[in-house]
Amino acid sequence: MSLFRFFASRPAPATAPVARERLQILLAHERSELGKQPDLLLQLREEILAVVSRHVALDPDKVIVKMERGKHVSTLEVDVELPNGFERKLAVAS
Amino acid sequence: MAKVLVVTSGKGGVGKTTSTASIGAALAQNGQKVAVIDFDVGLRNLDLVLGAERRVVFDLINVVQGVAKLPQALIRDKRLENLWLLPASQTRDKDALTEEGVGRVITEMRNNFDWILCDSPAGIERGAMLSMRFADEAVIVTNPEVSSVRDSDRIIGMLDSKTVKAEKGEPVEKHILITRFDSARAARGEMLSIEDVLEILAIPLLGIIPESQDVLRASNVGSPVTLNSPASAPARAYSDASKRLLGQTIPMTVPSERKGLMSLLRGRRAA
Repeated sequence: MSLFRFFASRPAPATAPVARERLQILLAHERSELGKQPDLLLQLREEILAVVSRHVALDPDKVIVKMERGKHVSTLEVDVELPNGFERKLAVAS
Repeated sequence: MAKVLVVTSGKGGVGKTTSTASIGAALAQNGQKVAVIDFDVGLRNLDLVLGAERRVVFDLINVVQGVAKLPQALIRDKRLENLWLLPASQTRDKDALTEEGVGRVITEMRNNFDWILCDSPAGIERGAMLSMRFADEAVIVTNPEVSSVRDSDRIIGMLDSKTVKAEKGEPVEKHILITRFDSARAARGEMLSIEDVLEILAIPLLGIIPESQDVLRASNVGSPVTLNSPASAPARAYSDASKRLLGQTIPMTVPSERKGLMSLLRGRRAA
């Protein structure tokens, strides 16, 4: 009986940390997806792609521009995937 | 020259209208000349919460369309001579609100008031976008609950991109107002804490309004809580929030709950 009472009176587990974690994951995703300034990101991506393509042939889908908002600073992440062997082409060109 | 402040949230039912009425009244009680505008066309309620529902003759859309002049549509509060209401239309088509028309009304009002509070409808449709369009500052009303925090985040993104100020490259000053907060439940880990909400949204805190029966009592009788029961916890919280809007430094507490829980948060707003 005392064992039963022990379980019955146990407080419900804290759910706020779960809420917090779910929100952090979801919002990180939504912020990058929607972009805080979609037009700016799109423009940046186009211009970066144009500059890099002048020197290296690349797949336009392999240029990824992301913005993350932090408390004090935001970061701009630019990820450009280059095809293998591009260095040789650069050497030939110069 | 008035400051234009939008009270917004994305999600419905979090306390935008109550907060507009209470902050508007508290600012007026502090000697400011205040106009509150209801942007919820078809579902107006600010008139009811302020106890002016039987005095509405003309509304925002009448003024936008030139059917009535602004002074004809503005309703002066019977208790606070510094507080005025511009009601929303209850019957007309939502598309009757145009950006050009709203801009004209707000420009005209800017010269005659210290504060213009725009009560946004829920959602992200036309009325909500127009209510924030000309804002200098924004109060984002948030409940410590996942869906409210998510929608607030979305609205913050819109304030940073869809307002006239943002388009000019100037920031809209943003504040978080946490409403319906239950410190006991937060302490037990059943509700997101103030720190959680602030960390996720990364916007300074304007105030914490505790969950309280006084808020419902005040809306039942059509009187802002800061007038109806000025000594109550939510009234003190709204009053403090209004003073912070006026630039005063007021320690951040959850009124009625003065036992150190919030000492952690003091000075957080300065950050």
